[in-house]
Amino acid sequence: MTEPGPSPEAFAERRLKRRHAAERRFKLYGQLAIGIAIGFLAILLFSIASKSVSAFSRHMLVLTIDQPDLSTRSDLAVTDLNLAVRDELVEAFPEIANDRTARIDLFGLTTRLAVLPLTKSAAEDPDLFQAPIEARFAVSDDLDLYLKNEFRTHRTVEVGRAGRLSDTRSGTFRVTDAGPDGFETFQRFVDDQSEPRTDILISLEGAWFELGAISGAALELEHLAGTLPPLGELGGAQIDAVVLPSVGENRKVSNRQIAYTMLLKQRGMIEKRFNQTLFTNSDSTYPELAGTAAALIGSLFTMLITALFAIPVGIFAAVYLEEFAKKSIITNIIEVNINNLAAVPSIIFGLLGAAVFLNTLGLPRSVPLVGGLVLGLLVLPTIIIASRAALQSVPPSVRDAALGLGASHSQAVFHHVLPLAAPGILTGAIIAMARALGETAPLLLIGMVAFISEVPRAPNDEATVLPVLIYKWFSGAERAWEPMTAAVIIILLTILVAMNLVAVLLRRRFERRL
Amino acid sequence: MLQTFGYLPIGWLVIAPLAAAGFFAFYFGRQQIAALAVGPTLSARLNSQPNFHGYFLALATVLPASFVFLLYLFFADGYVRNSLISELPNYLTARGPEQVDFFVNRVADYARNAQAATGNLLFDASVERYSILNGTARLLGMLGALFAGAGGFWIGRRQLSRSFPARSYIELCIKAALFICAAIAILTTAGIVLSLVFETIRFFSLPDGPSVTEFLFGTDWNAQTGANFGAVPLFFGTLMIALLAMLVAVPVGLFSAIYLSEYSSPRFRAWVKPILELLAGIPTVVYGFFAATLIAPLVRNFAQWVNALPFTPDTLLAAQPTSALAAGLVMGVMIIPFISSLSDDVINAVPQPLRDGALAMGATKSEMIKQVILPAALPGIIAAILLAVSRAIGETMIVVMAAGGRALITLDPTSDITTVTYQIVALLTGDTAFDSARTVSAFALGFVLFGVTLLFNIIALRVVQRYREAYD
Repeated sequence: MTEPGPSPEAFAERRLKRRHAAERRFKLYGQLAIGIAIGFLAILLFSIASKSVSAFSRHMLVLTIDQPDLSTRSDLAVTDLNLAVRDELVEAFPEIANDRTARIDLFGLTTRLAVLPLTKSAAEDPDLFQAPIEARFAVSDDLDLYLKNEFRTHRTVEVGRAGRLSDTRSGTFRVTDAGPDGFETFQRFVDDQSEPRTDILISLEGAWFELGAISGAALELEHLAGTLPPLGELGGAQIDAVVLPSVGENRKVSNRQIAYTMLLKQRGMIEKRFNQTLFTNSDSTYPELAGTAAALIGSLFTMLITALFAIPVGIFAAVYLEEFAKKSIITNIIEVNINNLAAVPSIIFGLLGAAVFLNTLGLPRSVPLVGGLVLGLLVLPTIIIASRAALQSVPPSVRDAALGLGASHSQAVFHHVLPLAAPGILTGAIIAMARALGETAPLLLIGMVAFISEVPRAPNDEATVLPVLIYKWFSGAERAWEPMTAAVIIILLTILVAMNLVAVLLRRRFERRL
Repeated sequence: MLQTFGYLPIGWLVIAPLAAAGFFAFYFGRQQIAALAVGPTLSARLNSQPNFHGYFLALATVLPASFVFLLYLFFADGYVRNSLISELPNYLTARGPEQVDFFVNRVADYARNAQAATGNLLFDASVERYSILNGTARLLGMLGALFAGAGGFWIGRRQLSRSFPARSYIELCIKAALFICAAIAILTTAGIVLSLVFETIRFFSLPDGPSVTEFLFGTDWNAQTGANFGAVPLFFGTLMIALLAMLVAVPVGLFSAIYLSEYSSPRFRAWVKPILELLAGIPTVVYGFFAATLIAPLVRNFAQWVNALPFTPDTLLAAQPTSALAAGLVMGVMIIPFISSLSDDVINAVPQPLRDGALAMGATKSEMIKQVILPAALPGIIAAILLAVSRAIGETMIVVMAAGGRALITLDPTSDITTVTYQIVALLTGDTAFDSARTVSAFALGFVLFGVTLLFNIIALRVVQRYREAYD
């Protein structure tokens, strides 16, 4: 005899439990899937937005340019203004007039081309330099990044009172402790610093030093910036130490430049402002001077050409297929063809543009005219499909009534059906334009990656567009390009969201009427 | 006089009179027919409204004139150049067509900008001759347009009568114009196919180009510097990244669609569906940036962590800064809404009685979905996956930014790998001279890409269509 199995009721109950557990698991998978998708969207938007924040502000060097002799010159070049800027900087730090390496460090705070905006305003206003003027110059991208990221993690500690300052070699000094403990507390603090050792800057009477070592109850210091206090007894002046978050060799900004920056910040000569050049400047090889103006206008021209070509042609094609065409082989081929064309990879349209527009027709490279046409062909199927759906949704009674009253076929369509389908068509057109605005790959193939430093004036000027600018800045080597790229992405996404909102509002508003 | 004529902006010289003539013809035609239709009852006896007669006459004037003008636009330049070349001295034409072309281009440039004489006698004489020829061609073109317009007007005017069916002719013209618009889609396809086919044939016939078998089955790709055109590593990379993308997109997309269509409340659906579709609206270059700056470093760290584990060899994974996995993951996220919205459609198209029947038999919801709905919707779901694969194969910016450019055949997903689209962009960006095998190889790759995606699309669209017919 076999052992008695579990009773049928218990068996059924177990089975039911298992089935219910499977049901709950299945539902959980669905929730998990939606969670993953939305989570990714959130991470994407958050990571890009947080990267972009720092690019919307920028540190500027504020200098008062007092050089009336500049106004007598009619052909001010970048070099002249650069020299003027350097003069003013040296005036701010008169002690380094003869120190070449220190001067190079100081002048490295801005790039040569930072004076370009001033050159432009000087060209417009010849009397600009008659009176002293306050001018702002973008600090170099590395310094800007340092100020935004690492500068905030500086820690200031009190060291003690200065006793006697003496020089050991040229540029190297010793200072003894005026207090009783001979910098022992500070010594312990330095020893407690976690590895790897970081650089420590010492401020004494408005001058900045780099800490070499602590030996024999005295600090060994290397002078960096600021006017040296007189050698000898300092009478217990305050010594402060700033612990930098990194070692000098590992960053692009030298310790001396940090010392200058701190002095300039104390004097109010470095300030943080909204980065308006991001919108007013064109592309540049220096991240701190680059802006999106040329790409914005280039995108505008390209979209203009795309809209002028694709929207009318798309609507008319839809009208033909929906209202005029009889079922025939040709219309069938056109239909299948449009559906397939909508799924062709966008890069193929780039190949088409390169082979037909550039090579065969000999149109110029890198111009919005060609870019707009290529994108127009790309979104044409989308517009046709959306327009056909909109035309289909117009009740046939409208058509029949118009025809019954004696309207011709085209009168019925253009006077009665098309206006009723217009909101739907417009919505489709806007969504298609949004797609064209974000398209990159086909434009790379027709040369819209050229370096464009001037705002294009017409659709046949060389230009670039926002998505291509994203790609180009992304490829830039300097670290400062990353926040800049993220900022352009935010600008592009804002425009796209605005376009889609318009489309949604249009749909909402006109849905009620039909 | 002919010379100055050559410099005037031809566009406005023709378009403005053409528009004026069109307006004149319209009002004239309307006037004429209205004059014919005087009297209390006559207007009812007109076949078409006076406006249509006006339109007819305007079209009869403008169309022939525009046709002649188009002919001028297409052929005048060639005519002028050829006549100039035929007049050039022999020692110049003997230097070969490229030199001659270069010379004529410079002459045309000079003439267009009316620049000062250079002092080179032959060149200056050519410039002058070019201007004269150009002026003559323009004069001929404009006179031709004028005569064609006048002739059209004259013939059209004679047609006008009370019984003339002007409206039908206008209808015909409108229909023709609409048809041309619809045919542009066909022309686009033809343009794509022709350009890809021609350039591909050229690629295989170039002296430094490969043979077809070498291209399709060779495993050594080095188009940038050398002349190795074995595209198998590219096909492999493309498929590998597409596969990784599908591993993400298919489960997530499918389960989202099932949850949204079978489980969620309408309110939840109304909120979540648009959010999912946002994923489809984000430009691919943004995904590329996301993949390269956030995901790729994560993948690399993960690979290094795996390598550092005690029981794995230190060189198990390549741990490259750009990797197939980063590109594939992000591409999968991009494709999620694609699969979820298409699957959502097909799941919703499954008839309600099938659901009710299954539930009435005592099936739980998940059993109903797994055993009834999914089998019924399977063809549609497969079509959605096919469309998504073709999308993944053709995706460009994500792989350009996050996948790297090394032509490798490796199963290691953390290694950088190259794809067909990456190579097309790399080969055609920058200066494109259409005579090197390097450039033209991009078209051969494009041809393969186009063929494969087209095949997938056709199969998928067929399946969708047949499926729709089965339940409608």
